[in-house]
Amino acid sequence: MALPIKYNIRNVLVRKGTTLATATSIGITVAVFLMVMALARGIDLTLQSSGEPLNLIVLREGATAELVSDIDQAKFDTVKFLDGVATANGEPLAAAEAITLLYRPRKGQSQGANVTIRGTGPQSTALRSGFRIDRGRAFQPGLAEAIVSQRIADRFQALDVGDRFKIQNSEFTIVGVFDAGGKAFESEIWVDINALKNATNRPTYSSVLLRVSDAAALSTVAARIAEDQRLQLKATPEVKWYEDQGGATSGTIKGLGVFIAAIMAVGAGFAGMNTMYAAVANRTKEIGTLRVLGFGRLSILLSFVLESVTIAVIGAAIGIVLALPLNFVSTGTNNFTTFSEIAFNFRVTWDLMVAALLFGAGIGLFGSLLPSIRASRFAIVDALREN
Amino acid sequence: MADLVGKIRGVTKLYTRDGFDVLALDNVDLDIPAGDFVALMGPSGSGKSTLLNLLAGIDRPTSGDVSVMGTPLGTLSESQLASWRNRHVGYIFQSFNLIPVLTAYENVELPLLLTNLGKSDRKRSVETALDLVGLADRMDHRPRQLSGGQEQRVAIARAIVVDPDVILADEPTGNLDARSGEEVMSILTTLNEKLTKTIVMVTHDPHAAGFAKRQLHLEKGVLVESVGKG
Repeated sequence: MALPIKYNIRNVLVRKGTTLATATSIGITVAVFLMVMALARGIDLTLQSSGEPLNLIVLREGATAELVSDIDQAKFDTVKFLDGVATANGEPLAAAEAITLLYRPRKGQSQGANVTIRGTGPQSTALRSGFRIDRGRAFQPGLAEAIVSQRIADRFQALDVGDRFKIQNSEFTIVGVFDAGGKAFESEIWVDINALKNATNRPTYSSVLLRVSDAAALSTVAARIAEDQRLQLKATPEVKWYEDQGGATSGTIKGLGVFIAAIMAVGAGFAGMNTMYAAVANRTKEIGTLRVLGFGRLSILLSFVLESVTIAVIGAAIGIVLALPLNFVSTGTNNFTTFSEIAFNFRVTWDLMVAALLFGAGIGLFGSLLPSIRASRFAIVDALREN
Repeated sequence: MADLVGKIRGVTKLYTRDGFDVLALDNVDLDIPAGDFVALMGPSGSGKSTLLNLLAGIDRPTSGDVSVMGTPLGTLSESQLASWRNRHVGYIFQSFNLIPVLTAYENVELPLLLTNLGKSDRKRSVETALDLVGLADRMDHRPRQLSGGQEQRVAIARAIVVDPDVILADEPTGNLDARSGEEVMSILTTLNEKLTKTIVMVTHDPHAAGFAKRQLHLEKGVLVESVGKG
């Protein structure tokens, strides 16, 4: 039987100062880990919620992003009248859209980032749920007017109602601010598709967004588009399209986060190891006594491992508390697929907190192993001689 | 002849310290009958504590055999020895060796955690042991809240709580004032006389040794004299 847990907890409490110092170093590591993971989770959740389950996004075959895709009017007319495409008031629920980028400095910084400008058609809002104008009004079709998302207005300089920006030689006026329920296109500026085509002298579209009539039609319509050799287009369910974008961006951030956290964890692990070596040195005689009473080597080893893990879990809890205020804080980063800003919220979710707790416990385990093995291997007679 | 609790035959113990061989015990033979109360005496370095440690199974002889309650300790592995020690040996240290973060009750309960006793049985045993040493009213005190004599009495309660076959005491009065030492020796005498516990005690103190039934003298690892009580 192992030593009672109260033995370890009280020993941890007796050494308040060292316990707190070690726990804090583990806590900071866990906080960094959790913050980076919350960043990646925010991107994932934003992109995962962005796709509509019955929407297909159509791009030129081989194009990996709307920015490098190209669809002419004839192809748009072909795909929007395919069987399986949903209609509303007799009109196909389909929107041909075009993308361009606007470089803009961020608020409070001289450096900036690319913001996606989307040229949208009459059906674009009907194809996306959760869209609403928060302030101002919608743009007038055909005019050089724009609406921006609240997040973009918050994060970039001079992108609010009344501000103006240029696309090539055309000056657009921002007339409204929209909200999109936290979805990916909340990182965009929307203008009328024809106004954008005029400004960029571009006759074609970047993508076509289609609503299909039911789930089965997702694959049949996609197959029809793929099979038509004249089109040279590829249709992807919008949900999958955004998930894949999320994987590319958040995967890189997660990798970076794990790398940084791993380096910090080694440092924190050694701090834990130092603490536990000191604990073992201070309690050598106690260890000898416990062995005389009949506690075996394994009980001693487990006891010190448990003590270290207890300190680490306290540290992980500190880390979680440090990271929690970031939950739902708005931020943005570069979307590695669209090469433009994606705005999202940090999301400190339950599963991430559990992962952070396990990560912290892992650091404690790493730090405890060598000192605990040392404690369990003392010769009883030698241990009893220690003061 | 009474049953033997301890049987030591031809035991030699050689240490190496700082590159030098030290002969702690030299071919020692000793029988400890059940119910005996033996005081091991002798100058520092004479091998008293080494002999006690061999009987407790916390050290092993270089040669020779040590049997306790008929079990040859040399045949037991480390983990078997730990378990055997828990069931058969109560050990009392000179400096009490209580666990400072645990209360008197919890210290006494420690050896019982290695048995199959349930919580209520453990509680009964701990209370009985603490009552026997006169500390039933100090159960919730931590060691630093107790006097030296009280600490040693808690340590005695811890040593007897599993009802061991033999109690081994290493200088039990060495860190105590005369009055506390007297109390401790009185408890040990009661354990020997009323509860027929076999006791082997290492001591420098002739007064403490006077409580024992037999006094054995060691010099340079050799048993040189055995003195019985009146």
